[in-house]
Amino acid sequence: MHEVIYKIRRFQPGVDPAPHWESYRIPRSPGMTVLEGLWRVKETKEPGLAWRASCRMGVCGSCGMMINGSPRLACNTQLSELGEGPVTVAPLPNFDILRDLVPDLRPMFDAHRFVMPFLIRKDGKADPEGELMQTAEELERYLQFSYCIKCGCCMAACPTYATDPVYSGPMPLAQAHRYDSDSRDEGFHERREILSGGAGPWRCHYAGECSRVCPKGVDPAKAIQLMKQDLFLDALGMGRRRRAAPLAGLPDGVSRREGIPEAPPKTV
Amino acid sequence: MRDQALWTWHIISAAVIGGLLGLHMAIMHLDALLGIFNPAGGHPVDWENVVARSKEAGFAVNYVLLLAAGLFHGFYGLRNILFELNPGKGLRGGITLVLIAGGFGLFALGTWAVIAGFQKAGTV
Amino acid sequence: MAPDDGHWGLDEGRRARRTNRLGLWGWLGGGRWGPERYLYTLHRLTGLGILAYFIAHIFVTSSKALGREAWTRAMENVTGPIFTAGEFLVFAAFAFHALNGIRLILVELGVGVGRPIEPVYPYRTSLGVQRPLAVGAMILAAAAVALGGMDFFVLH
Repeated sequence: MHEVIYKIRRFQPGVDPAPHWESYRIPRSPGMTVLEGLWRVKETKEPGLAWRASCRMGVCGSCGMMINGSPRLACNTQLSELGEGPVTVAPLPNFDILRDLVPDLRPMFDAHRFVMPFLIRKDGKADPEGELMQTAEELERYLQFSYCIKCGCCMAACPTYATDPVYSGPMPLAQAHRYDSDSRDEGFHERREILSGGAGPWRCHYAGECSRVCPKGVDPAKAIQLMKQDLFLDALGMGRRRRAAPLAGLPDGVSRREGIPEAPPKTV
Repeated sequence: MRDQALWTWHIISAAVIGGLLGLHMAIMHLDALLGIFNPAGGHPVDWENVVARSKEAGFAVNYVLLLAAGLFHGFYGLRNILFELNPGKGLRGGITLVLIAGGFGLFALGTWAVIAGFQKAGTV
Repeated sequence: MAPDDGHWGLDEGRRARRTNRLGLWGWLGGGRWGPERYLYTLHRLTGLGILAYFIAHIFVTSSKALGREAWTRAMENVTGPIFTAGEFLVFAAFAFHALNGIRLILVELGVGVGRPIEPVYPYRTSLGVQRPLAVGAMILAAAAVALGGMDFFVLH
């Protein structure tokens, strides 16, 4: 098989009345990914085709698309995985289409920002003055959820997010849990105010599609159920005793060596 | 807090229904195998069996609890499904109102039937 | 920019403009699914079926408060092969809904989903960890439906 047919969902707002399918036949090489095929289409057949991609190795999260009916990363999907037949490429569903294969991910990022996905310390300081102590066991409690590359595949797969406008979606909730289970964070009660309402995990019914499609194994479904456990126990007053990671002090009898230059001023 | 609180009641009512409705199913539909709470023999829905259960205070409590838990669980579940379909603000208020009114109405009807049945059965 | 009971701090127009959403197709398909997704859909369908039956059931069984004649009349109204088949379906729906529901209560309280791990490809997600729970629940549901079927159709 030396050729492959790409059926691509095209849409140019202002030009097209509605999204429609267009087919392109391109040469196929061994080891070719869906993303490489898109480049071939753009270079040889349709220069106006638009999509997002960057790293082409599955770490940036830009190229999330609906490929043969499943939300996947185009760079991570080999044509050989898809079997025979045409390759169907559509923009990630549950987001407005900006153009062709480019979804409007702003609602996802808005929801993400809303759950305060950063370390919150009670002393209010944005930057700690030194290292925050954390054991390897404490790291393991949230490390898996920190691998999220914000590609949006989980949001496309979630049945609740497909219809419910208030539900945050798997990515923001998994990231909220990532910070809630980080021992350096002291913001559980701030996030709890948001998470106990409609933006919280309560509309998740464990369909599990988010975890099935996640290209990085983040398992947002697990994060959301663990978050429900935390919130439930906390409401009963049986929450985990949270001791925030202490600031590592300098060892006794140690002082800064002479002659070391100060750090340059911050630029951000 | 409301969504979390309602979710918690949803699973509490689920556990209550699991127990009480499971018992009800066993009485009604596993009678040939288990034969529990059907002292008059025959079919579980024979009048004699109905009276025998109706005059037990325990069953009266059982039925009222099952009514409350079942109506809350079912109507809140229906509300979840309908709300996830993204209705407008006015429709959301309307749905909630209809479900609350319907729920209380059915609860009133069922509780009346249980209490009236309990009183009448005691005199048979 | 907090959503009160609405949406993501954007204007009302944004809520109305929901293009490219799978919508109800997202509930029914929209992609390749795993078994837990089908269990979720079935859980909703059986819930709605049981609710519909329950509402009618309250009306029918409340007739017991009006005496023997009212009860007998009500029972005659709901006798017949279609009603028997329908009630068996409700029994089966309850068996599925209850046992899947027990699984959901456990999983949604964080029991049986596993601990956070270092994700090494091929990933083992919480879905795989709770799969025995799902299989066990379905086996028990099938057993209950079989017992009920015996009672409904064989032993009477």
